Amino acid sequence: MRITLRINNRTHELSLDSRLTLLDALRDVLGLTGTKKGCDQGACGACTVIIEGHRVLSCLTLAAACEGQQIDTIEGLTKGDELHPMQAAFLHCDAFQCGYCTPGQILSAVCAVQEVHAGVPSHVTRDVRQMVNGATLTDEEIRERMSGNLCRCGAYPNIVAAVRQVLAHEVRS
Amino acid sequence: MRAFTFKRSAAAEDAASAVAAGPSAMFLAGGTTLVDLMKVDVLTPDTVVDVRHLGLSGIDVSNDAIAVGAAVTNSQLAWHPAVREWFPVLSQAILSGATTQIRNMATVAGNILQRTRCPYFRDVHASCNRRQPGTGCDALEGFNRGHAVLGVSEHCIATHPSDMCVAMLILDANVHTVRPDGTVRSIPFREFHLAPGDTPHVEVALEHGELITHIVIPHLPAARRSHYLKVRDRASYEFALASAAVVLDLDGDTIRAARLGLGGIATKPWRSIEAEQSLTGRKAADATFRDAAEIALNGAVAREHNLFKIELAKRTIVRAFAAARDVSV
Repeated sequence: MRITLRINNRTHELSLDSRLTLLDALRDVLGLTGTKKGCDQGACGACTVIIEGHRVLSCLTLAAACEGQQIDTIEGLTKGDELHPMQAAFLHCDAFQCGYCTPGQILSAVCAVQEVHAGVPSHVTRDVRQMVNGATLTDEEIRERMSGNLCRCGAYPNIVAAVRQVLAHEVRS
Repeated sequence: MRAFTFKRSAAAEDAASAVAAGPSAMFLAGGTTLVDLMKVDVLTPDTVVDVRHLGLSGIDVSNDAIAVGAAVTNSQLAWHPAVREWFPVLSQAILSGATTQIRNMATVAGNILQRTRCPYFRDVHASCNRRQPGTGCDALEGFNRGHAVLGVSEHCIATHPSDMCVAMLILDANVHTVRPDGTVRSIPFREFHLAPGDTPHVEVALEHGELITHIVIPHLPAARRSHYLKVRDRASYEFALASAAVVLDLDGDTIRAARLGLGGIATKPWRSIEAEQSLTGRKAADATFRDAAEIALNGAVAREHNLFKIELAKRTIVRAFAAARDVSV
């Protein structure tokens, strides 16, 4: 079937099998291999991309269902040679070892910070009626909000530190 | 994955007709259940009809109720200011399930229609009456630690996995649908999910091709004092071993009325009206809640590996009610 995908502000006219997941379309058809295939069954978060501003799993998304939607991948995060603040924070905090889960972690973290700025609660928020605040957000909150991204190297403490660094910086500015 | 035709409809009736036209056609919303189960060959539709573009993505708040479009995502509902204010138990239940990525994809209707996580249902080489009627149930004598103790039958003991549905059930939500001929109806939540009985493959009260359009949750002032407690093997991103959704209507420290729903231990979202009624007029003390918990689990049937769930569920109920009692409203 023929579909049009809008990825990182570029339009791609494609002829695809209806069975193709967005993950496989990105990697195998478009050569955008920054998005990683981990479990391929919605358990690990390595394939996280952003659709219409929300983080989702590309392995459980059919490419055909993405017609007309804005898709953002790790390749679209930099501005020219300038790293996104979350990418810079991951480098600064040494928030990865093998790096395989890192693109998904970074995209998920970018959205997690936006969600905190929007004030929305998580499972560990004491009172869902209250707006959460980036300046006072606990590590428990960051871990819960990032629980959809597994890291088998166990870089979690430094991932939490990277998210905390971006939150602190954005709250200051 | 097996080949299928992908269709996108622009109107609810068209989508219903498109699915009704093919015996193995299915609706696709967020895909977190359907695409997952198509990959492992458990669901094999020849036609998939995308229903995320039917104009069913709104949340309408009125003085009487909140009407939630079928394609509203789990995140949108859990994060909505009116849901957090009126129905904390619903927001908490949704946020306790899965991860942000999955809640951003999964729709409210899809959550209601999600399939069991029983490993024998998900394995096409295992015997499963729910997946393939009449083949038997490998869970009965297999590894059934995660399985149900309430609403079970000799044909199926699979647990209903939803957290959201447990809260929807005690809030007396109504599921609104449209059929291929254009007729609409409203199904009370308590009648929507079916215990397995002799027909475990019949899971919900929908006809083939009948499409959920929205869910209406009537206003319940007492629900400001509500709580969802989920107990599981990990701190996050895991299905419930036992969960309790509760609403407490208090007059001082006396209970005027209570509601109690249970997840993780039953074959469908579970509510114990008897336990609720036992609380009326009594003091909101842990001992009272324990009495209600005993009633709620009366008749529970355990298998080899899930006996612990009966006591776990009772303690979960007591703690959930205690948490609701201590909410400052």
